[in-house]
Amino acid sequence: MDMAFIIETIVKIVVILLVFSALAGLGTYFERKVLAFMQRRLGPMHVGPFGLLQVAADGIKLFTKEDIIPQNVVKPIFKIAPVITAATAFMAAAAIPFWPQFTVFGYTVHPIVADVNIGILYVLGVMAIGLYGPLLGGMASANKFSLISAARSAAVFISYEVISGLSLLAPLMMVGSLSLVDINNYQVGGIGHWIIWSQPVAFILFWIAAFAETGRTPFHLVANDHEIIDGFGTEYSGMRWGLFFIGEYANMFFISFVIAIIFLGGFGDGTIAGAFQLLLKVAFFFFFFLWTRAAWPDVRPDQLMWLCWKVLMPIAVINVVITGLVMMF
Amino acid sequence: MHSEPLNDRNVSEHSAYYYVDIEEYPTTGWDKFKQVVKRTFRGELFVGLWVVMREMIKFDIHTVKYPLEKLPIGPRYRAVHKLLRLWESGYERCIGCGLCEKICISDCIRMDTKIDENSRKEVTEYSINLGRCIFCGYCAEVCPELAIVHGQRYENGSEQRAHFVIKDDMLTPLDFLTSGQQAEYPGFGSITPNESVTKTPLAY
Repeated sequence: MDMAFIIETIVKIVVILLVFSALAGLGTYFERKVLAFMQRRLGPMHVGPFGLLQVAADGIKLFTKEDIIPQNVVKPIFKIAPVITAATAFMAAAAIPFWPQFTVFGYTVHPIVADVNIGILYVLGVMAIGLYGPLLGGMASANKFSLISAARSAAVFISYEVISGLSLLAPLMMVGSLSLVDINNYQVGGIGHWIIWSQPVAFILFWIAAFAETGRTPFHLVANDHEIIDGFGTEYSGMRWGLFFIGEYANMFFISFVIAIIFLGGFGDGTIAGAFQLLLKVAFFFFFFLWTRAAWPDVRPDQLMWLCWKVLMPIAVINVVITGLVMMF
Repeated sequence: MHSEPLNDRNVSEHSAYYYVDIEEYPTTGWDKFKQVVKRTFRGELFVGLWVVMREMIKFDIHTVKYPLEKLPIGPRYRAVHKLLRLWESGYERCIGCGLCEKICISDCIRMDTKIDENSRKEVTEYSINLGRCIFCGYCAEVCPELAIVHGQRYENGSEQRAHFVIKDDMLTPLDFLTSGQQAEYPGFGSITPNESVTKTPLAY
């Protein structure tokens, strides 16, 4: 393999890792600020200007905390679980085009680590592996609440894989490709060509499933503080818990990218304006994660399963069938 | 509204009470389905989104940045006790009657008295165990001389709670008194303004 390609890929990986680790930290800052403003509070104020350095303070705290491994846990699994969450979250980023290709000093850069032709399948698959973080961590923790959380996360993630897969099927049938770059290029004609207009049901279904896959508030029962403490994170401390956290926030960013690229036209025709539009769309979806957390109550696990299997899945199947019929005739 | 309709607790057309309108719970599957559809498309979720967004846009922040800003506390707030002095002579108001020690329901006040050379009762030791005190205010209420009152000092930081109730700390310092900073407790039985409480004469 070409040396330049290897170096370029490594540089891309490092940049993505650094940028999204930092964004995960900033994401917590924005989450606290937005939630605070919506609840008429101020949020973090005292560390740095407007509390911006709170992120650094939290990082220092997480890094320097004692790494406690409780006595009765299954030690190897307990130790590896948070790494699975963080690693799969970042691995999923490999097939996401974050920016249209651009040229620096005559060298064309494709801001996607691996432009595989099954991009969305890869992203969904790796995100599905992320299930093993909460599942193994919860089961290895020797804690009842962690165990409940592990069971819930297994049920929720597997169920909502069905929704996200089936709802994506219809737009993928229209595009005829699994590559996220192809999906983006399919909508290159501007706002009228966005898939959201031809597939609004799939858009809403995938959006709902995104909340379940990231474990955000209407479906936050994986780690619901008022029922099961921190769920699978109960026994974790320090940076191991921090890895769960980074994984969750990185997942929120990546799923926002996926929604924006598949349904909202992505970066459009690849100009700088289109690229900034993509960032705006991602910012909106990230903000919506925080917004719902301030506004909506959590649903019960049985309600969530009911919603998945009795409501969303039939709708998704009907949507696929109708899309197929429309394409056929 | 007059209170008469509220006194009749029976639900009728004359009383103010009425049954809250609660819909029947759906029993059949079709009814449950209809309820779900109604709730789904009534847009209540968007009402919630709008409410929090409205508060964010209004930016009407209610936070009190505590160490920098403080809320005013009520004049009759019951924080750590104070022992007051007589305005005109600067003498301690406490006559050592022991009523506060007697009435204290958590039994945390201790005092020692002796008869001094003027055959006047003098308080030698006075302590309040703040680990037991429940700040009920009975001691301040029972005190016939307005000698022990509750202060406004709620920010206490020390290694031991006992440090706040050394008698010398509770007693108004003399320079405070001369500069007129001794605050009177404005509760029931308080002295009227500009009235100076004088020492009770020995020959009564």
